[in-house]
Amino acid sequence: MPEIVVIGAGPAGLSAAAAVRSHGQRVVLLDENPAAGGQIWRGERTAVAQGVETMFGTRALGIASAGMLLCETSESAVVLPFRKLVVATGARERFLPFPGWTLPGVFGAGGLQAMVKSGFPVDGKRVVVAGTGPLLLEVAEYLRSRGARIAIVAEQARWTSLIRFGLALRHAPSKMAQAARLAFSTLPRAGCWVTEVHGTEHVEAATLTDGRRTWREACDYVACGFHLVPNTEIAAVLGCHLEGGVVWTDDLHETSISGIYCAGEPCGIGGVDKSLIEGEIAGHAAAGRLPVARLFAKRARARRFAAALDAVTRLRPELARLAREDTIVCRCEDVPLSRIRECSDWRSAKLLTRCGMGPCQGRVCGSALESLFGWRPESVRPPVQPARAGTLAGLTGSA
Amino acid sequence: MNGRTPDVVVVGAGIVGACCAWAFAREGLSVTVLDRAGIGQGATAAGMGHIVVMDDSEAQFALCRYSQRLWAELRPQMPADVEWQACGTLWVAADEDELEEAARKKTFLEAAGIGCELLDAKSIAAAEPNLRPGLAGGLLQPGDSAIYSPCAARWLLAVSKVDVRLGVAVTRVRSGDVTLADGSEIAAGVIVLATGGAARSFVPHLPIRPRKGHLAITDRYPGWLNHQVVELGYVKSASGESAESVAFNIQPRATGQLLIGSSRQYGVDTPDIDQPILGRMLRRCIEYMPGLAGLSVIRTWTGFRASTPDKLPVIGPHPEARNVWVATGHEGLGITMATGTARLLADSVVGRAPEIAMHPFLPSRFVEVSRHD
Repeated sequence: MPEIVVIGAGPAGLSAAAAVRSHGQRVVLLDENPAAGGQIWRGERTAVAQGVETMFGTRALGIASAGMLLCETSESAVVLPFRKLVVATGARERFLPFPGWTLPGVFGAGGLQAMVKSGFPVDGKRVVVAGTGPLLLEVAEYLRSRGARIAIVAEQARWTSLIRFGLALRHAPSKMAQAARLAFSTLPRAGCWVTEVHGTEHVEAATLTDGRRTWREACDYVACGFHLVPNTEIAAVLGCHLEGGVVWTDDLHETSISGIYCAGEPCGIGGVDKSLIEGEIAGHAAAGRLPVARLFAKRARARRFAAALDAVTRLRPELARLAREDTIVCRCEDVPLSRIRECSDWRSAKLLTRCGMGPCQGRVCGSALESLFGWRPESVRPPVQPARAGTLAGLTGSA
Repeated sequence: MNGRTPDVVVVGAGIVGACCAWAFAREGLSVTVLDRAGIGQGATAAGMGHIVVMDDSEAQFALCRYSQRLWAELRPQMPADVEWQACGTLWVAADEDELEEAARKKTFLEAAGIGCELLDAKSIAAAEPNLRPGLAGGLLQPGDSAIYSPCAARWLLAVSKVDVRLGVAVTRVRSGDVTLADGSEIAAGVIVLATGGAARSFVPHLPIRPRKGHLAITDRYPGWLNHQVVELGYVKSASGESAESVAFNIQPRATGQLLIGSSRQYGVDTPDIDQPILGRMLRRCIEYMPGLAGLSVIRTWTGFRASTPDKLPVIGPHPEARNVWVATGHEGLGITMATGTARLLADSVVGRAPEIAMHPFLPSRFVEVSRHD
């Protein structure tokens, strides 16, 4: 019998697969990375529940035909039959263009952390960590533990909203303690942001402002993260209805497409706890079992945290005005802001400037343009990620 | 609207509308271009931008050739983003039968004064090393080219200095004015309908059917392909009436990307990617160029060609409304034929004799003319 397939082996996917397995049903967990853990637990928590079949290094691309998922590995195309699907594709970092953001040495905060985890040295390097959200604190602490000197942790949100966020955590004491510990160890500076990064071949310094005062920090690296963007592309290409930029699901995490479930960040950014709970609920539901009631209460708490997080990470309008006319917005196709400004919407920008038409297919600049112009991305078409022509031709087993 | 009545209103800012705006502006007429979306967002955006002389019929050949000459005249002024590429067309003959067809084509083209070169098995392999071995040969038409059509449309509108209004839907067209979705009207002496498949809503009984096509584009592989390479069987696919067909057709883009086509489907009106037909199309291309299988496709899309029963465009007076002109039904040759189409209409409007015969394209061949305006 075709099995339940879980796409994405981060917290939501791992939790969903374990829940399915707890009912003794077959479950296949696939992820494009070589191990489980997703972006957040990369290389640290990779344990998969017993009996879960895994297909790592396997990228889901779309539907091959009814009940068949089209995927590919580095060697071949794979067509995977499924009875039900759980989409747990996580989130990616949001980037915003500002002068100098394309200089070598400017990284996404999570991206730099991932690189350091795989051996990139930061010992003795001076790093500016900037943007918004709790990830900045975690990254700053991690980089410091690896010998980096943190020049500043610049959080764009105001102190007042951080305090409101803190109060919202009072229902989750463990989170409160974690936030307090991280805030104490990294001492973020609220209400300030990077306006420009300087350097000729590589980052040399960053200009920061708090809206009144502007100053320069010499640095070797800039790690910036403007919170997260849900990875909704696979759900969209499977035909699932999206609402407000996230995948719509019912209470049991079934999407608008019968038999396709979605859990974690694609349903709304909310962090690990929310992903774990939603994954568990989705896993039980996909297995045809009713999740126990306490999960729903836990999810409600996690969603309150998500709402508070959403409020605190809302980007201040100044951030949408940092890019200058010559600032590159689309890195794949080298399109500067001035050319995009000539266009009235996403579609004309794509057609007339090639913005968003490169290999990343607007994954990076799309969310930036949403912040800058309020443009919502167009419909998603297969393949959701670059794929070999042979795979799309339905030629399985060929490289 | 703004107190000024244009001489000409062009409905549709695709490549045909843009060329019409250009042709009428050249006559010294004031032109307003309206589009329900943006510049070149319909079939113009979906197509390959191949400027090719086809010879399926005398009329098709005449209009292709005339249009190609007009494109060539425009070329020196084109900005870089139009990405003109003199890539030629390389027609591939898989077997001896197709090689015979290539030879026939060569005789015909040469008699008409178009330079071309018959290739044997060895020389076609040298011309395109990524073609599979064992092909019979082919025909190289070096005068053909490719452009990036949306930017061509934008450029033509810009150099014509015409008034372009985007996001403006036209709901009714009458002799002397058009009505917009907001109820307002724009009066104009001449109205041109360059609305592709949407022309059906303004010209009742016009036998235009949408013919869906799929395309795929790869990452950048500079030097992988030198010409637009098309199987000779393409003509069968394009001119045939079968509900569904695919043909090997691949184009090198200025970026080093490879644009892969083609498919043709009748009776489908949803823009979704149809995985089985996309798969069939790609398999056909991989049969000809096996190395394609390993290249990375970054995007796929679909579009709709406005096709007519006789595979010729519809260019000429509206059957019912005086001073309303129609320019549609170009199927897969809209980019190629846009310049010629526009000049034919401009000639008709100013009362100049056209350079090529216009009667094969007149709407009256499909719809009885019954003027009651």
